[in-house]
Amino acid sequence: MDVPQDRVYTAEHEWIDSGEPSTVGITSYAADALGDVVYVDLPSVGRTLAAGEVFGEIESTKSVSDLYAPSGGEVVEVNTALADDPGLVNRDPYGAGWLVRLQVSEPGATMDADAYRSLTG
Amino acid sequence: MSDVAPRTVPLDEVHRAAGATMTPFGGWSMPVRYASDLAEHHAVRDRAGLFDVSHMGQVELVGPAAEDVLDAVLVSRVKDLEVGRARYTMLCDERGGVIDDVIVYRLVDRHLLIVNASNTAAVLDALAHASEGHDVTLAHLRGRILLALQGPASAEMLAAACADDVAGGAADPTSLRPFRAVGTLVAGIPVLVARTGYTGEDGFELACDGPDGRRLWETLLAAGGGAGAVPCGLAARDTLRLEAGLPLHGHELGPDLGPFETGFGRVVHLDEGRSFTGREALERIATEGPARRIVGLVAEGRRAPRAGYPVLDGATEVGTITSGAPSPTLGVPIALAAIAAGHAEPGTRLTVDVRGTLVPAEVVALPFVPRGH
Repeated sequence: MDVPQDRVYTAEHEWIDSGEPSTVGITSYAADALGDVVYVDLPSVGRTLAAGEVFGEIESTKSVSDLYAPSGGEVVEVNTALADDPGLVNRDPYGAGWLVRLQVSEPGATMDADAYRSLTG
Repeated sequence: MSDVAPRTVPLDEVHRAAGATMTPFGGWSMPVRYASDLAEHHAVRDRAGLFDVSHMGQVELVGPAAEDVLDAVLVSRVKDLEVGRARYTMLCDERGGVIDDVIVYRLVDRHLLIVNASNTAAVLDALAHASEGHDVTLAHLRGRILLALQGPASAEMLAAACADDVAGGAADPTSLRPFRAVGTLVAGIPVLVARTGYTGEDGFELACDGPDGRRLWETLLAAGGGAGAVPCGLAARDTLRLEAGLPLHGHELGPDLGPFETGFGRVVHLDEGRSFTGREALERIATEGPARRIVGLVAEGRRAPRAGYPVLDGATEVGTITSGAPSPTLGVPIALAAIAAGHAEPGTRLTVDVRGTLVPAEVVALPFVPRGH
């Protein structure tokens, strides 16, 4: 399964990288489980999230899931391309299908790629 | 039950090799999608898709009392069903609730019922009970294959698949009219073909023996060359049937949602004094009108109402969503809902509580997507 080593993961299947700001997305495991994503509801830029807080929703034809903030911090950018092309989350979950960028102020409980791989394997 | 591993269909390995994501459904491990549920959905609306629905139960009745037994448990009469015809009908309980919705086929030497996977045991129980003391043999045909070839190009593809058989004298299944069935050959495989389906498109359902399944599947996928049928999973099947306004047992049909609630009162034959399970309750509902009705809703915005969400008229809760999804064909959120009579007329403006947000929705006539849209 596709789990890049250059970022960390949550048990709710989000990833966050170590950039400043940090980019957040969902894993390919989560994207595959959802099926074709048809709508992503994202927070406003400027909103401050606590680690573990629900910051949006991701909807496929089959189901809808909450999105959880891997770390706390301020939302400094959202992926506006998802409004017109939510399928980016399926096609490129670790790249163009990113969700938000956070200025992290409160690192959350995350795991490395190996731990995430064993969680989902 | 939850500890019991799902059973696998005969084509399990074929689906896994094709990259299918498998999901437990009705006690079976079934393909939910191969690559993209949206692409599979559109393939059926635009051209053709092929589904493995071998999880569905196939139940056979043979013997002189078969019609009597079926007439005692099905809400439709079976006695006037001619050979080669099929009928959509239901088994009800004494309260008029639906044990299962089924298709019954009258074949030359037997009757065949196609039943929902999760209700197969309940249907067998009801039939076994009604068969006691009658000259009829009841058989659950295990390990059989049922494939659904669906979409506007399905007749053309089936014609290509059975061209040699038809040239050799086998019955031509593409000349069947809707709800007709014929036993014939497809690529030399003995198949029962019916012009039925669950997608709101033209199409066929094909039943054969388990060992022939793989070849029938591969033959149908290859028919029509490179632009052949697309293998489709249950996710696409669900959005297709939802757009067609077709009920799913456990959602729009069940102990408290009967044929009249779901708009299928026409399948209940009350005219000739026939006695069948649930008749008294159904007669009462037919006379008084159902307290709730299944209606179509189109919601505003992009968030789809999902099963279980409350539906309101002003401040009053008037019903519940039974199924909902973003419609791949229409591009808007659609849903079926059980709504109190008096709030169920097309044009009625309601709201759906979508996880705490009240979303406006309008009652619309079904189907959402007409056949051959």
